[in-house]
Amino acid sequence: MHSFGYRANALLTFAITILALICAIASFTDSFNHPTPLAQVKVLNINWFHKQPNGNDEVSMTLNISADLQSLFTWNTKQVFVFLAAEYETKKNALNQISLWDGIIQSKEHAKFWTHTSNKYRFIDQGSNLRGKEFNLTMHWHVMPKTGKMLADKIVIPGYRLPEEYR
Amino acid sequence: MGWIGESVESIRSIQIRQLITQAVTFGLIVTSALIIWKGLMCITGSESPVVVVLSGSMEPGFKRGDILFLHMSKDPIRSGEIVVFNVDGREIPIVHRVIKVHEREDTGEVDVLTKGDNNYGDDRLLYADGQLWLHRHHIMGRAVGFLPYVGWVTIIMTENPIFKYILIGALGLLVITSKD
Repeated sequence: MHSFGYRANALLTFAITILALICAIASFTDSFNHPTPLAQVKVLNINWFHKQPNGNDEVSMTLNISADLQSLFTWNTKQVFVFLAAEYETKKNALNQISLWDGIIQSKEHAKFWTHTSNKYRFIDQGSNLRGKEFNLTMHWHVMPKTGKMLADKIVIPGYRLPEEYR
Repeated sequence: MGWIGESVESIRSIQIRQLITQAVTFGLIVTSALIIWKGLMCITGSESPVVVVLSGSMEPGFKRGDILFLHMSKDPIRSGEIVVFNVDGREIPIVHRVIKVHEREDTGEVDVLTKGDNNYGDDRLLYADGQLWLHRHHIMGRAVGFLPYVGWVTIIMTENPIFKYILIGALGLLVITSKD
């Protein structure tokens, strides 16, 4: 009954239970954080805009992105993955979401930033619908915890429009 | 002479009873593990509710040996989500982030493109030859929760099977020799 093996087993079970409980509590404390992140995006230039030989429109643009995501960080935050997606509707597709830029923020100090960049991933439509197309730029973030539940949210910035002609 | 036969009989019956008890205990452990696993499958709607990260392609978010909890709901797939998917002709599922989504107006079918956070390019090189997009049926679930390090146990066990046999042997011995 009180053999070494029995005690070792009881100790291990207890330790794992406590550890799991602490992890769950750490994850739960994240729900008390009500972040107020800010994001601003400017399309500075359309670098080029054409139709590929296969019939799909492609556009390249220069973006100015500034954001303050410091309020997302809590003691249980390992990193924040942030990305900017172009979102628009076409006749064929109810939703097109194209990631244009992303970044990984690992500390609160780096969570207030601005960057000047051309799109990191290619902005290609499924078809030829981009001329004069209105689109939203949406700043999404996914908070990866040290342990527990992952959180995500976004800011939608509407009112962008692509040129009427290829260039 | 009769009492010898009687005592042999009684010893044998005790051993048989003990053997049966142990077999039942062992069976209970195995079946409850199975119940938990299948129950999780029902709740999460994913055919494998828990996966272990095997590569460093999602670092620094997920490291080798971390555990992910998956959930598969009817909700549409959106970019930014971390999904686990199977590619035709590959056995091991991959955990990567969705970067592009095109959702059909009429059928609701989705075209999805993924990329590992730590990889330079997108995943088209990992997909089957000529495959440009992932579809709904490739995706096994999306990651909703995260637990560090725990998956090392399974990585060590799959890479050095001897540990697996030692562990199973030790547990089996413990079950058989334990007397409450």
